[in-house]
Amino acid sequence: MSKRDRMSGNEAVAIAMKQINPDVMGAFPITPSTEIPQYYSQYIANGEVDTEFVAVESEHSAMSVCMGASAAGARAVTATSSAGLAYMWELLYVAASQRLPITMAVVNRALTGPININNDHSDSMGARDSGWIQIYAESNQEVYDNYIQAMPISETIRLPIMICQDGFITSHGVSNIELMEDEEVKEFVGEYEPDNYLLKHDNPLAVGPYGISPYYMEAKRSQAQAMKDAMPIIMDVAKRFEKVTGRKYGFFEEYMIDDADVALVVIGSSAGTGKEAVDRLRAEGKRVGLIKLRVFRPFPRQQLAEAMLKVKAVAIMDKAESFSNSGGPLFSEARSSLYDIPNKPYCINYIYGLGGRDITVEDYYEIFNDLFIIHDTDDAGDIYRYVGVRDSRFGERGFDHRKYED
Amino acid sequence: MKTRAKDINEKITWQEITVGTEIYEPATSVLVETGDWRVMIPIWKQEVCRQCLICAPFCPDSSIPVKDGKRLDFDFVHCKGCGICYKTCPFDAIDFVKEDK
Repeated sequence: MSKRDRMSGNEAVAIAMKQINPDVMGAFPITPSTEIPQYYSQYIANGEVDTEFVAVESEHSAMSVCMGASAAGARAVTATSSAGLAYMWELLYVAASQRLPITMAVVNRALTGPININNDHSDSMGARDSGWIQIYAESNQEVYDNYIQAMPISETIRLPIMICQDGFITSHGVSNIELMEDEEVKEFVGEYEPDNYLLKHDNPLAVGPYGISPYYMEAKRSQAQAMKDAMPIIMDVAKRFEKVTGRKYGFFEEYMIDDADVALVVIGSSAGTGKEAVDRLRAEGKRVGLIKLRVFRPFPRQQLAEAMLKVKAVAIMDKAESFSNSGGPLFSEARSSLYDIPNKPYCINYIYGLGGRDITVEDYYEIFNDLFIIHDTDDAGDIYRYVGVRDSRFGERGFDHRKYED
Repeated sequence: MKTRAKDINEKITWQEITVGTEIYEPATSVLVETGDWRVMIPIWKQEVCRQCLICAPFCPDSSIPVKDGKRLDFDFVHCKGCGICYKTCPFDAIDFVKEDK
């Protein structure tokens, strides 16, 4: 059984949280994730849940509250965006290394500066090496579904998890979604029953000891293994979720990719616009496809490489700049996943959508057009490109369809 | 995974180390030899000592064991050679010298 309702992505997260009824929430408001603790405080005030809400003075403290609660044996949640996530930075690494299964709703927003409240992925992409699982959503439905799957994943492998969605685009955009029944959610997520926790009387426990050089590398190697071992758990939870809801999830979604000549790899809500472009180009007989990456941490290196191998040219879309002079974070990792494979496709990078810059179906036409040029000429040109930026060297759309190395 | 604190030592492999480097016992710091940090060492002159016991509570590392109302010789596995006992002794019953290793 399920019920249809229309709501924003923020409300979808808050509703999912209400259905789960976690023990502790430590949160501090920041645009565009503010609504999540706001909705949730109302549920607490109404007596609909019995979560302990800790109103803190900063995100540093919000994450500290979650860590303390989690180590004590509680199921702890928080929500944040942009500078708030940046302010948690130190604790992100501590939470992950202490293997505390905290669930964080990240509503992706650009990092300052210039100061900007709109969507891109620079906040969570910056935290990509902190040891948190990261799952991204295209739509409000996926935000809700990912959140329901978060705790079964993170508590099984004992790693903290970020459930990411695009600020304002899904967080404030309202759409119809299917909600699970409360009992279904409670049964699916289950109770949190850790083996060891600070409040367990017969089990004295020290959390976060000093790890001098003879121990630190073993600790980190073990943490890296947990991220590897999270892969099958993510798939198991997705299969179990499909049994209950009929909605299928994996590391990524392949859209019209099997017979495609060229394809995009994209994360988040921009995949929706990308699919529209694919549909329209398909109607013209052009063989184009799209891969929407859902799980960025752990990175599904082999699986993604196999999917990209189906085409001759791939445009990898980054909604975050890494100022590396060699492309964005998704590009670096997706492209390197192909390195050991013969007959690999051409791979180019597009930085797009920074600070809430819209990407349109027409932008995707231009990108596919570029890919077909590469496909036909066997010349990738400059692999590190921008789309949607005003560039005085080019026309209005900022493209030259060839290469613009300088 | 090795869960006993006494088994967590500098030979442990990454497969054996506890999840999140948790320690599942209390007061495990006594297992760690910290006395090898010492440069200076206190010497207890038993024949001069009047057992006033001022030194014992001043020791920041509980390295002066007291039994039946009397202090014993230093616990050199944990004494770090700070010299506070030497400073507090009113009877010059503690010497403080460079340690030969």
